[in-house]
Amino acid sequence: MKTLSEFKKSFFIALWFMLLTFPIMVIRVNPIEKVIEWRWWNMALVGIGGFLLSFVWRALLNRKERGRKPAPPTISPEPSPCREERTGAGASGTGNEGLKPVAVKNPGPRAIVGQPFEESRLYRPALAAAALFILAFPFVFSSYQTNIMTTALIYVVLGLGLNIVVGLAGLLNLGYVAFYAVGAYSYALLNHHFGLGFWTALPVGALLSALFAILLGFPVLRLRGDYLAIVTLGFGEIIRLILENWNAFSFGPSGISNIPRPGLFGIALSIHAATVYLYFLMIALCLFTIFVVSRLRDSRIGRAWIALREDEVACEAMGIDKTRAKLTAFVLGAIWAGMGGVIFAAKTTFINPASFTFLESAMILSIVVLGGMGSILGVIFGAFLLILSPEYLRAFSAYRMLLFGTTMVVMMVFRPQGIVTSVRRVYRFTAKGKGDAPAQA
Amino acid sequence: MDYFLELLIGGLTRGSIYALIALGYTMVYGILELINFAHGEIYMLGAFTALIVASVLTMNGMTGVSVLILASVVAVIYASAYGFTVEKIAYQPLRRAPRLSPLISAIGMSIFLQNYVLLAQTSDFLPFPSLIPSLPFMEPYSHIIGSAEFIIIVTTAAATAALTLLIKFTKLGKAMRATAQDRSMAMLVGVNVNRVISNTFIIGSALAAIGGVLIASHVGRINFSIGFIAGIKAFTAAVLGGIGSIPGAVLGGLVLGWTESFATGYVSSDYEDVFAFCLLVLILIFRPAGLLGRSAAQKV
Repeated sequence: MKTLSEFKKSFFIALWFMLLTFPIMVIRVNPIEKVIEWRWWNMALVGIGGFLLSFVWRALLNRKERGRKPAPPTISPEPSPCREERTGAGASGTGNEGLKPVAVKNPGPRAIVGQPFEESRLYRPALAAAALFILAFPFVFSSYQTNIMTTALIYVVLGLGLNIVVGLAGLLNLGYVAFYAVGAYSYALLNHHFGLGFWTALPVGALLSALFAILLGFPVLRLRGDYLAIVTLGFGEIIRLILENWNAFSFGPSGISNIPRPGLFGIALSIHAATVYLYFLMIALCLFTIFVVSRLRDSRIGRAWIALREDEVACEAMGIDKTRAKLTAFVLGAIWAGMGGVIFAAKTTFINPASFTFLESAMILSIVVLGGMGSILGVIFGAFLLILSPEYLRAFSAYRMLLFGTTMVVMMVFRPQGIVTSVRRVYRFTAKGKGDAPAQA
Repeated sequence: MDYFLELLIGGLTRGSIYALIALGYTMVYGILELINFAHGEIYMLGAFTALIVASVLTMNGMTGVSVLILASVVAVIYASAYGFTVEKIAYQPLRRAPRLSPLISAIGMSIFLQNYVLLAQTSDFLPFPSLIPSLPFMEPYSHIIGSAEFIIIVTTAAATAALTLLIKFTKLGKAMRATAQDRSMAMLVGVNVNRVISNTFIIGSALAAIGGVLIASHVGRINFSIGFIAGIKAFTAAVLGGIGSIPGAVLGGLVLGWTESFATGYVSSDYEDVFAFCLLVLILIFRPAGLLGRSAAQKV
């Protein structure tokens, strides 16, 4: 009887969506030739798709509801030898008294890919294999492939930079691409006017981005989260519109071309060699970023960011300078965007304002959201997934943005913590003899 | 003087449309404290539905005001249905989530809806038939105000008045005010909060659709991306007037419309959108509560 009512429900949902999408999906008008095209086939597709998806949707919602019900959060009874747990590794042998940092997963569904990486038995060989693959990549595959990989790596850096702002500090920055544009244009313009090289422009671009972030952030970071989102969005649009309209400054919509690739001590490189060189440069920058972000996250300021994300008022009561902590996160994020921008300009050798639209910001944001806010591994996964999949699945490239949008909604509804759950470090009191004392987050 | 009056009326027309969309933002924000990012897309969907219906009707030989009325009614119904569905899919499961989650979900919905129209229809600008008839009694003033502009202003005034009456005097309006004040308390005294929220989305979407049809037939062309900029500007208007306040949304829309109109008229038309965004940034920095809003202390 229950299945019958489920079918009935799905049937009505399918019917609802068929009616809802009727004008947009079925009718296409050509007002110039005055022809109407009726695409009934689409309606059938929507009906079947709606019918099937409604089952999946309800099943997932049910699972989520059931996951929320059990009151005690799932805490791993033994501290697993996790890579997050550098300080705890020594303590685990000495007995279980007093304060002991252990990695506790967020209560909720298990991470899909997070689990195997926490076991060092699998972690080490996996890391070695990944390193070998990364080193061999440009020599095995064509320079076209290497180029795509470099793009993906730029997005890894951008994602990690935005991860500081959104994932750690919980500030929704929708104008991240503005700082990316500042970096790219500062290299292009400085090179055009003053002949500055890549290596000089890299820190200059980063500093200029940081300057813009301070100018914008200082007055704006007092605002509540959702206002901040809109102001940063507005800022991103202002930067793009200025670049598009101020022809004397930025050469308008036609952009700037002939930007030199990065140099290697004055050695002239062929295009292929330059691609490989840039690829290794990006690998180095990625490793540097990962190092800095992971150190930052465990530092005093990093913990202040996470605390701010959780509860601002409590943070202020604990004596954390709210504005300063937020500004640091905002500026650090901008610095990485600026560096990404300089490298982007050097890679494509041509930039114009069309590369810096809101959709770009949305893409970087969906990398962070999909991968898991606050998780470094997750952001790397997210970047590769979102950048590489449209490249290799050409058939789907038209549906790319549609999939981004869907991803953001579905992830928020069903898995707000992302593919890779960021591992929270908590202090746990363990009384002697008793296995599971209440955890203190 | 005529140039000034032209700009004044132009700003008023523009501002009316912003106000119509801003009302939806402000109502949703008042109740859910959520920036409904997909609201601009609802406006775009309303305009697209009206375009499709109007084209089908005119190609089948119908003319005149009946096309306008039929297209508007269908557009309002469909936009409401979209608003209702978006709320059910993207916001309702997130009632207890942290504040960032529904916002990201809303951005995702907005991107989805834009690309849905892009893929199912076209990325080109489509010419929108000018449906608004020219009124004979407006003839003597036609150098300052066209009939389309007149109708836009009158419709906005009527819609705002109707909305104010609805919120002040009906049972639904009372329930909406109660929910905005305290959701759990409203639930305790027997208000069906989910239904109230659905109704809020439906009303807001209907207003956005009216705005969409009016502006599309005034400007004469639409494409899938009109909702994005219009949505941001309407949100600016809502913040400008004080988000959560209905007269504030209208006032904010008008102020924004006039700012844009005079700035493009007297300064430069290249930076039309920049003025709006600068106004938004300035307002949020200097008076985050808006013109008519009250700044509320945060409860701990």
